[in-house]
Amino acid sequence: MTDGTMSDISATEPTAITAPSSPPVPISVERVSHVFDTGTPRAHQVLYDIDLVLNERRVGIIGHNGSGKSTLIRMLDGLIQPTSGHISVAGYDTVREAKEVRRSTGFIFTDPDHQIIMPTVREDVAFSLRRSGLTKAALDAKVDETLARFGLSESAEKPAHLLSGGQKQLLALAAVLITEPTLLLADEPTTLLDIRNTRMFASLIADLPQSIVMATHHLSLLTGFDRVVVFDEGRVVADGTPTEAITYYKRLMDTELALRNPTTDSREPSRERT
Amino acid sequence: MNQLGLYLPGDSWLHRSPAAWKLGGMVLIAVVAVVAGRWIPASLGLLALLLLAYLSAGIGVKTLWRQVRPVLVMVIFIAALHALTRDWRLAVVVPAMLLTLVLVAALVTLTTRTTDLVDVIVRLTGPLRNLGVEPERVGLTLLLGIRCVPLVSGLAGRVREAQLARSGAFDIRAFAVPLIVAAIREADAVGEALTARGFDD
Repeated sequence: MTDGTMSDISATEPTAITAPSSPPVPISVERVSHVFDTGTPRAHQVLYDIDLVLNERRVGIIGHNGSGKSTLIRMLDGLIQPTSGHISVAGYDTVREAKEVRRSTGFIFTDPDHQIIMPTVREDVAFSLRRSGLTKAALDAKVDETLARFGLSESAEKPAHLLSGGQKQLLALAAVLITEPTLLLADEPTTLLDIRNTRMFASLIADLPQSIVMATHHLSLLTGFDRVVVFDEGRVVADGTPTEAITYYKRLMDTELALRNPTTDSREPSRERT
Repeated sequence: MNQLGLYLPGDSWLHRSPAAWKLGGMVLIAVVAVVAGRWIPASLGLLALLLLAYLSAGIGVKTLWRQVRPVLVMVIFIAALHALTRDWRLAVVVPAMLLTLVLVAALVTLTTRTTDLVDVIVRLTGPLRNLGVEPERVGLTLLLGIRCVPLVSGLAGRVREAQLARSGAFDIRAFAVPLIVAAIREADAVGEALTARGFDD
């Protein structure tokens, strides 16, 4: 589904080739607050009483740097525990049942170098299945199939740290999807990628049967998403369709810039767009 | 491309033989090199044998040279030192022993996947389970150690670049502090990613 169509932007729309999509993974966030370095002079609150019920297959999270997007998305995988409140993913509590949550969840980080552990591409993809109990033959077949699916067969034996940024992110995605998660969490997965690789990444994830929750600054990635939530200073300030949310977000930026710099020409803020 | 004797894909007899045998052979050759190394025929014979092994594994002269280059200065220095201050025979056998050790280790890593090497270690440490050692954890620690080499060298390059761009001069303290800070941050991020990939216990 990816071969030869890498530059095809229209692929951001889910296509008919898509495997029968599984029902969305239900996520509920109840009165969640988070304070980093609690009880120290450096304590600072990043999330304030967040209430969210997510039941869509594609959810985007947008907001400025420091708005709490990354913290929330890490909490959904149990990587950060909320200071107060509860989160459940597919019915599992992310604190008490973090293992169960992670078993069915894949996480894509901004910098693929952090999640690529093994020296070569093939070994890194295989690493995900290290504890799967598959026989060597079955494991090899699955790894081969996954590498081919992501166009990484040619690079299979290459040292992973010598791949280009785009290929590294592809490898990270391949290594996560080989475990067949039902939910994919992504924290600004395209921030380090160029425009071409960003599009390729977008078209790849559009076809996935998984539920996706993605924080991003690349607003174009959210085309075709079911719902987009806007965070500002640790609070949800808008929540709706991509068009509604993005319009709100842009207006928020324009207002902020106008307040900060009243003499600025009103056309000025539009440079910040997309 | 393949610094540090990283795996070089191939299909030679050495690539195909089990990792455990290769590790065993490496230990054997190392022991022989150290014990019988003072006898010139043995020490040079061993080195010649190794060179043959390199050729039979289909490893080019270029790659071979890359394994030797990092230790070359030291080897020449040691040879010269021995030749000048002691015996000419020592000037032959000591460098030969060093080269043998470096080359045999490199040969194993060049022809064996890291995963397979780590699997051997995991199996070897299996009996220590009763003493509270977790073999998988030992393996993972090794893997992370290997992983960190390119990561930290990349960080070092970035810190050095930033320093040169800002001051135009090299200062060891202004290099070490940001490097350590960056390395700790990086370690946190890798740990988090490892947890996300399901390796948190």
